[in-house]
Amino acid sequence: MSEAEVLAPVSDIGGPAQPLLQVQNLSKHFTVSGGLFARKSVVRAVDDVSLSVDKGEVVGIVGESGCGKSTTARLIIGLIETDEGTILFDGETVGSAISLRELRRRVQMVFQDSYASLNPRLTIEDTIAFGPKVHGVDPEKAREHARDLLRRVGLDPAVFAARYPHELSGGQRQRVNIARALALSPRLVILDEAVSALDKSVEAQVLNLLIDLKEQFGLTYIFISHDLNVIRFISDRIVVMYLGEVVETGPVEALWDRPRHPYTQALFAAMPSLDPDHRTQKPPIAGDPPNPIDPPSGCRFHTRCAFAEPVCSSTVPKLAPTGVALHLAACHMVDPNSGHSLAGSRGPGS
Amino acid sequence: MNPIVEISDLHVRFKGERTVHALNGVDIALAQGEVLGLLGESGSGKSVTLRALLRMLPPRRTDLKGSIRVEGRDVMTLDEDALERMRGGTVSMIFQEPMLALDPVYTIGDQIAESVVKHEGVSFAAGRQRALEMLETVRIPSPRRRLDAYPHEMSGGMRQRAMIELALACKPKVLLADEPTTALDATVQIQILLLLRELQREFGMAVIFVTHDIGVAVEISDRIAVMYAGRIVESGTLRDVVKHPSHPYTRGLLASTLHGAHRGTRLQAIPGAPPRLDQAPVGCSFSPRCSQVSSACAVETIPLSDIGNDHRVRCVLAERVLQAG
Ligand SMILES: Nc1ncnc2c1ncn2[C@@H]1O[C@H](COP(=O)(O)OP(=O)(O)OP(=O)(O)O)[C@@H](O)[C@H]1O
Ligand SMILES: Nc1ncnc2c1ncn2[C@@H]1O[C@H](COP(=O)(O)OP(=O)(O)O)[C@@H](O)[C@H]1O
Ligand code: SF4
Ligand code: SF4
Ligand SMILES: [Mg+2]
Ligand SMILES: [Mg+2]
Repeated sequence: MSEAEVLAPVSDIGGPAQPLLQVQNLSKHFTVSGGLFARKSVVRAVDDVSLSVDKGEVVGIVGESGCGKSTTARLIIGLIETDEGTILFDGETVGSAISLRELRRRVQMVFQDSYASLNPRLTIEDTIAFGPKVHGVDPEKAREHARDLLRRVGLDPAVFAARYPHELSGGQRQRVNIARALALSPRLVILDEAVSALDKSVEAQVLNLLIDLKEQFGLTYIFISHDLNVIRFISDRIVVMYLGEVVETGPVEALWDRPRHPYTQALFAAMPSLDPDHRTQKPPIAGDPPNPIDPPSGCRFHTRCAFAEPVCSSTVPKLAPTGVALHLAACHMVDPNSGHSLAGSRGPGS
Repeated sequence: MNPIVEISDLHVRFKGERTVHALNGVDIALAQGEVLGLLGESGSGKSVTLRALLRMLPPRRTDLKGSIRVEGRDVMTLDEDALERMRGGTVSMIFQEPMLALDPVYTIGDQIAESVVKHEGVSFAAGRQRALEMLETVRIPSPRRRLDAYPHEMSGGMRQRAMIELALACKPKVLLADEPTTALDATVQIQILLLLRELQREFGMAVIFVTHDIGVAVEISDRIAVMYAGRIVESGTLRDVVKHPSHPYTRGLLASTLHGAHRGTRLQAIPGAPPRLDQAPVGCSFSPRCSQVSSACAVETIPLSDIGNDHRVRCVLAERVLQAG
């Protein structure tokens, strides 16, 4: 049985050179009440974030907790309303050229908490068939397709189709979540910490599965994780976020070879070593990430940066080209004209 | 040398609506001043081992068998008073979630002072003085001000430092650490790991550090014990275990780590999932997932064989590894 009989895959519109997803100047600020007498304050969860994802590409978003990764993902699929910004899917503006409902079919999401995202009263088969049925697919066909998808994610339908979520292990539940996302034949799948709760030996199985499925179904992924090892393994391009902003982005090799932003460097250096003879000797940076309410002025990293100078707290550094194709970083040491004493030292030609 | 903690053939079974054979013969010997990394996947029995050591398991629902000795004393027969003195005194524990260990209604300073008063019988003022010294030791910025802070007023990393301080306030000889850095951000995790490493040396404590992350275990441990389905399947020096893993499970774990794995290539994953523990395991618990299983593995108990330098492996192939050198 082909997918086409069930729910037609969305056809390509813009051609291979057209990015599948373009996010432009996305912002989301949440108002939070700060306790009994405190005034209301604003969390700048996502601030002027732009990114683009090519067809067939895996873009990894990495950063510490609270830096805005999940909010970015939820803005993309319209789970929360944007304050500002435009989203283009295959060149079409979401909200005008294509509807939000249509976008939500083309973009599916898989979350970290495999249990909370499954309805405990539905069998696995019904869980996977649910979405297509809502979209008007014949119930029997939808169930048949669900069993096929179970097979594709490595779960024998004879064993698992009639089970309930609580009868599965974490790794098995996450396979079900992946099958459910694929049931609507999406073009883009956003995986938000999708392997973070799994045991290491099971994490490797699910990553292998994701690589296979991407091939088989011609998918594009946005892969969100706080785990740099996972991001490095799965991504073609990486986006590094800090306190709601993109601080660096580029092809994985370029970024790994020579991260330009001091925060990216610190993140890499903070990865535990696997070599007993070369353990980490000194923490790369001190302190905790600051509160996203009232983030630091200028470069938000200046409170923890060893290279901070007056210009860093007064002027916001823009994402600037590093001289390597597609590799950009928002640091005054990249832009040759920033006024930082090391201006240009991490920029083009450096 | 006498080990400061000696656990032999420890069995823990939880009864209730569902039986769980959580520990099925755990042996651990911890030397004074040594850091043992207890590495294992979720449900393998790491936390139960630590809680058994402090006799913190629900007594009516738990069957406990085997022997636990701390400084030569039999922990299994200690009465409640003696246990209370041991907890937070000789043996102290830190957790993944500091909010559970810290009392939300008292300031950090008062909680630490309270603990010092209880274990050392000094005055409250002396306890507060110790609290201040300790805040400096764990490098909390503006310590005098933090003394009067409540746990919820601190960031995650700061709370973790405060909990470490609380645990170390009475200069324990043994520190039990249950994934104390797992919930922290990467840049904070490494700070806490290095702080613990430093304090451990300074205080000369023995530490059992529980983690599911090999990288974290490498950063902190002198020795490593790998746990699977309620048993230690391999133990040895950090270098021996990481560079010459000898149990098929340890090998699989190391092979499936993403460190340096090549992008887009498939990972060498261990198939299947850890066993359910509703029945006591017979023979090798890893056999359903093991690529080297053979008829030789179908024996009731597989002993820990020493393959040299106190590197122990619970696998029938260990003898052969030994012979092959
Ligand atoms: N109080 C209890 N009653 C019943 N079963 C329990 C109890 N505490 C733990 N268990 C079970 O014992 C087994 C071992 O649990 P333990 O908490 O030691 O795992 P762990 O290795 O610490 O895992 P994790 O990495 O998830 O913390 C599990 O199957 C768990 O569900
Ligand atoms: N619904 C909400 N209301 C208020 N604050 C929120 C809400 N959702 C997220 N935030 C805040 O926005 C920031 C970014 O959160 P999130 O995108 O979830 O981070 P990440 O996924 O990178 O860990 C955090 O400070 C978080 O507390
Ligand atoms: S802009 Fe200044 S503070 Fe920010 S990362 Fe660059 S050097 Fe550091
Ligand atoms: S005893 Fe047998 S099944 Fe168990 S790990 Fe060794 S080879 Fe594998
Ligand atoms: Mg998140
Ligand atoms: Mg645990």
